Amino acid sequence: MFGLFETGFTSFYWGNGVMLAVGATFLYLGIAKKMEPLLLVPIGFGVILINLPLGGLMECIVQGKVVEAYAIGGEPAGLISRIFRYGLVWEMVPALIFLGLGAMTDFSPVIANPKTLILGAGAQFGVYFAFFMALLLGAAFPDLSIGFGEAASIGIIGGADGPTTIYLTNRLAPHLIGATAVAAYTYMAMVPIIQPPIIKALTTKEERAIYMKPQLRPVSRLEKTLFPVIGAIIIILLVPKSAPLIGMFMMGNLLKESGVTDRLADTAANAFINILTILLGISVGAFMSAGVFLEPESLLVFGLGIAAFAVSTFSGVTLAKFMNLFLKEKINPMIGAAGVSAVPMASRVVQKMGQEANPRNFLLMHAMGPNVAGVIGTATAAGIFLGMLG
Amino acid sequence: MAQEIVEVPITGKIINVNVKPGDQVQEGDVICILESMKMENPILAPVDGTIGEVGVSTEQVVKPGETIAVIEF
Repeated sequence: MFGLFETGFTSFYWGNGVMLAVGATFLYLGIAKKMEPLLLVPIGFGVILINLPLGGLMECIVQGKVVEAYAIGGEPAGLISRIFRYGLVWEMVPALIFLGLGAMTDFSPVIANPKTLILGAGAQFGVYFAFFMALLLGAAFPDLSIGFGEAASIGIIGGADGPTTIYLTNRLAPHLIGATAVAAYTYMAMVPIIQPPIIKALTTKEERAIYMKPQLRPVSRLEKTLFPVIGAIIIILLVPKSAPLIGMFMMGNLLKESGVTDRLADTAANAFINILTILLGISVGAFMSAGVFLEPESLLVFGLGIAAFAVSTFSGVTLAKFMNLFLKEKINPMIGAAGVSAVPMASRVVQKMGQEANPRNFLLMHAMGPNVAGVIGTATAAGIFLGMLG
Repeated sequence: MAQEIVEVPITGKIINVNVKPGDQVQEGDVICILESMKMENPILAPVDGTIGEVGVSTEQVVKPGETIAVIEF
């Protein structure tokens, strides 16, 4: 008989209230402030849904009994637990999103100026910094239960790449997937706030005003077609565990650049990636139930995540300044900050700061080089972690 | 009188032209908005001066090197 005990109110506690506020905040940031709305809106709504008790969205069956929260060894029995199991645990969604991303990416700035690959790699330093910091904290405070898998999942946030973060965390520390994914996407959306103070602290006004000719050398269709093929071969031979992400990324790019698969590239870059983004957003949000998220580990993830981000920005800019010691034609060191692979937000930040320092400057395409190279760098870093720890 | 030619930096579409011949501009003023790679990019005046001619119009697709405006100073 319908009564009070069949409603969610009886199981609702303060933790759910906190998480409803968190979900509402994500919706506000996404809708009102237009910060990464394609991600924060489904994630925010997923957070709200999962914190309305007894909804069964993340139910699993463990040893014949139904449990409310997602159980790694259990059989999914709820709508979102099934999406999570067959989309994320089976590693389909993040890898296929990379196919869509590849179909949207233009590697011309990287091909025209291969130095930018170095900047994309250099900006991954924050990943390793946060990895070691997490391990140190785990050793100092054993109650936090930070092992190698957890440390790698926290570190990869510094790569500012959502699908890679989810892919790696799912393999190495699935219980942290809600915290790491939300941290990664939140910080990506906050790139215009996080990066400028760091860039300004590391550079002089003269350095920020260094002029770079806006036009890169023309890149042929042959070069653009060969790049994903040769790039995939080299990277995957060097780091085999990067095959799912790099393989899909380069395949998507080949669909775009071959000139004969425009229909497939168009689908991959639009309908396909949009469907996957919806599924990903809901699943990630649904991992933020109060019982799972409101733990000291989550605060650690957010704290170290922003440190990873900041150090990646620092290392990218610093590497660019170091390279300038040896270059006749100086690069504007700000483009190093774009090695943090939040595409194209980090490039936009560099473009805007470049124009503020020198209205003649148009750094967008120069910044896109390290920006897209950073995507390769982060996926490769994930492959390295998986090779060592997976 | 010296001239500064403001050129298109990347392929895109002009979505707004903010000046016309005869306008006084200062360094940093927005001459036009160029849409490229799904981003709106303001093109700024590199010097103080007077707009001598404007080479683009709204909705025009442009390529690198084309003249956006000539500033006399």
